Amino acid sequence: MMSEMFEKLALYISYPFVQYALIAGVLIALCSSLLGVTLVLKRFSFIGDGLSHVAFGAMAIAAVLNLSNEMPLVLLITVVSAILLLRTGQNARIKGDAAVAMISVGSLAVGYLLMNIFSKSSNLSGDVCSTLFGSTSILTLTATEVWLCVALSLAVLVVFVLFYNKIFSVTFDESFAKAIGIRVDIYNLLIAVIIAVIIVLAMNLVGSLLISALVIFPALSAMRLFKSFRSVTICSAILSVSCALLGMLISIIAGTPVGSTIVAVDIAAFAIFYLWSVISGGIKK
Amino acid sequence: MAQLTCRDLSLGYNGLEIVRGLSFEVNKGDYLCIVGENGSGKTTLMKTILGLQVPLSGSISTGDGLKHSDIGYLPQQTAVQRDFPASVWEIVLSGFLNRHGLRPFYSAEEKRMARENIERLELTTLIKRCYRELSGGQQQRVLLARALCAAQKILLLDEPVSGLDPKVTAEMYRLIDELNKNDGVTIIMISHDIGAALKYADHILHIGKTLFFGTRDEYMLSDAARAFAAGGDE
Repeated sequence: MMSEMFEKLALYISYPFVQYALIAGVLIALCSSLLGVTLVLKRFSFIGDGLSHVAFGAMAIAAVLNLSNEMPLVLLITVVSAILLLRTGQNARIKGDAAVAMISVGSLAVGYLLMNIFSKSSNLSGDVCSTLFGSTSILTLTATEVWLCVALSLAVLVVFVLFYNKIFSVTFDESFAKAIGIRVDIYNLLIAVIIAVIIVLAMNLVGSLLISALVIFPALSAMRLFKSFRSVTICSAILSVSCALLGMLISIIAGTPVGSTIVAVDIAAFAIFYLWSVISGGIKK
Repeated sequence: MAQLTCRDLSLGYNGLEIVRGLSFEVNKGDYLCIVGENGSGKTTLMKTILGLQVPLSGSISTGDGLKHSDIGYLPQQTAVQRDFPASVWEIVLSGFLNRHGLRPFYSAEEKRMARENIERLELTTLIKRCYRELSGGQQQRVLLARALCAAQKILLLDEPVSGLDPKVTAEMYRLIDELNKNDGVTIIMISHDIGAALKYADHILHIGKTLFFGTRDEYMLSDAARAFAAGGDE
């Protein structure tokens, strides 16, 4: 039984498209975990959620336009929305969270509508489902898309490392950062743009509805046990990569949908970390 | 020449004026306490000095070789910080970021200075501890050490002892006083605690229905002090 499983796994892994998927998946998981702490603590998680719906709408538009490579268009629309959301959040008649709700639900509705009216596909609900939940899309990425994933992930990684200290400062104490002359609004914008890029990337892995889970679970798990910003960041990165890898391998063997399997592993990891922290009595909630 | 000169300031927000005709100056080594009723504009004044807000009219100028980046700030604590996973070391170091520009990492010199400031505020044993596990007084000392990393010349403190018990409050005042007397750091502090203001500060700025600026001794004899004491709003 065991050896049968490993044989099956070895067979799959020998295919190049599975290798691509594993590489892209690991990089995406790494990136998406990095900003988790910032998102959770800055109460930005709702922006991430809203943007993932925008990405769904953008995907629908790309499908209608019959683009061969959807990612650039989706990326553009999502990044612009991130900037607009952050702008309107500060000084508009419609308050931040209401604007996010409007845009996110609006793009869900319009996206589904567009797909319904214009789609030539015979399996519409299947298409919608795979956009929302990721299904097997990570295994169907073309070589171009994989390279785009790799390039974007590396870019996110480099920007995060270079601006790590400033992101920390802006997350921990915005008013102090502003008072000593750090350009807080620029860094908030940078954070929003990185979130948008991560969302578009993660959409390939887990689908647009499950992105928040990929971003937030590893950070929340790491925060149970670790006490400095750096150790939490490193732990959530390692955790996210391991969960994604494990989730992808399980889904290959068991034939389950990739996205939800990864998120299920993330949830299990959170439960373990939570129990661990309760037992060791480390951090009192 | 004064480090900080405010001339005929009018302060407020949304077009609503709350303070008018405010003039004062702060010299190197001064210990200035800003007192006044709630809502009289103390925090607005501090934000204006920090450049987070523009005055409705009047001017603020710096002198005596003081640049805007020489002003450090101890803000009131925010809700986010209460469950933030960050070590004392990380927080204190972040004070240096205003001099970084695009440089991504801390220099060895900055790490040395951070260690010095941590020692100066008696935090050495807590250096690896998590901020959210510290007591209120320890947290305030961490933020004070960070402010010292950001600037060594002037510190603006926004109610540094609010929520602390009497013993910790006294300790906090002692540390601030040492910074002022031993290291020559200019202190500008908002305080509700008129007793402590009169004990430690050498200059008082009273904002409210009556404006007063002068030395502590002049303040003791002024009408503003009498009205404030009689009103007993705190």
